[in-house]
Amino acid sequence: MIALLARDLRLAMRAGGGFGLGLAFFLVLAVLVPLGVGPEGGTLAAIAPGILWIGALLACLLSLDRIFALDFEDGSLDLLATAPIPLEGVVAVKALAHWLTTGLPLVLAAPVLGILLNLPGPAYGELVVSLLIGTPALSVIGAFGAALTVGLKRGGLLMSLLVLPLYVPTLVFGAEAVSRGAQGLPVATPLLLLAGITAGSTALLPFAAALALRINLR
Amino acid sequence: MELVASDLACARGGIALLEGVSLRLTPGQALILRGPNGCGKTTLLRTLAGLQPAMAGTISCPPETVAYSGHADGLKAVLSVRENLSFWAQIHDRAGVGVAMAAMNLTELADRQAQNLSAGQKRRLGLARLMVTGRWLWLLDEPTVSLDAASVALFGAIVRTHLAQGGAAIMATHIDLGLNEAAVLDLGGFRAAPRAPDGFDEAFV
Repeated sequence: MIALLARDLRLAMRAGGGFGLGLAFFLVLAVLVPLGVGPEGGTLAAIAPGILWIGALLACLLSLDRIFALDFEDGSLDLLATAPIPLEGVVAVKALAHWLTTGLPLVLAAPVLGILLNLPGPAYGELVVSLLIGTPALSVIGAFGAALTVGLKRGGLLMSLLVLPLYVPTLVFGAEAVSRGAQGLPVATPLLLLAGITAGSTALLPFAAALALRINLR
Repeated sequence: MELVASDLACARGGIALLEGVSLRLTPGQALILRGPNGCGKTTLLRTLAGLQPAMAGTISCPPETVAYSGHADGLKAVLSVRENLSFWAQIHDRAGVGVAMAAMNLTELADRQAQNLSAGQKRRLGLARLMVTGRWLWLLDEPTVSLDAASVALFGAIVRTHLAQGGAAIMATHIDLGLNEAAVLDLGGFRAAPRAPDGFDEAFV
């Protein structure tokens, strides 16, 4: 399992591996929104929590179809399915690798981009914490969507349609936590719900995704 | 350890291809599958590897004891030969990367990225992977595609070594590997009878 994680991280870091793709998208979005909306501080501050969370979500979505599609194309997925490690473990490790290369950089970059969007001062802590507990769910749910569509030619669009509704609760509670933080309200409830979604999807979806992979490999 | 498959029926894409296939393989034996294109060689191998369920029949060998090698080699283009092989060795918790590279004449290419290998060199790397799996039964689908004569001889040698160490192999191939001791199973005789169309289809006939 550690070998698989190391391989996926190494592949992501090498040329053409897609590391930084999501981060670049997040940066572009955070730079373009103030240009499009206008420089008025009050408007930006009001929409900043939502924009930051939407940006993180779309940045995650961008690299999802790489989770299994590349391994499917070159035959590695067949070989991993017959390897001694369980397919559920393969899914969990690949979701973790996706989070480490996509979600974690977003979490670290978010405070800097918050400045661009004039995010109110008190909300920075909530922004980082909510992304830190919310983005693992994005990777795990995304891995499930990628597993469902792995054998399809150009399945990326279908996967986005399948995954986006599942992302809605994470987006709602994540953005809610940040905007409550901005207004100085208590944030425990949305953060706990966010943590619940992450814990539940991490516990259940690897099994569903492994089943979907087995069916797609037939 | 032995493989007993009895009365197997396999389908691909919902179409029954083979039925009534029975085979038995003990350590040290090799079996060569023959038959025209599309007769179900790959389907049978994938079924034996546990990648798809059999429609009927039983297989005595759990999938954890077989190593499958399909049309694709499962190589990562940006990893070197050594890194590709080490990954599979770690996954199977085995050593012997150096031995495998030497056996398939890859030692000189060890630090070259897989994307810069020729088709035949990639295939040699894909076959070297079998040696680091430590599995007793090799299921090989067209193993000699794009190999030159010298590499086919190398491959024949590693299969023979594997058999001598108590392994077994089932190969779907059209060419002569020089494994004269191997049994041959022609799948042409096990073609599944066309199924009568079910009610839904009949409405459109």
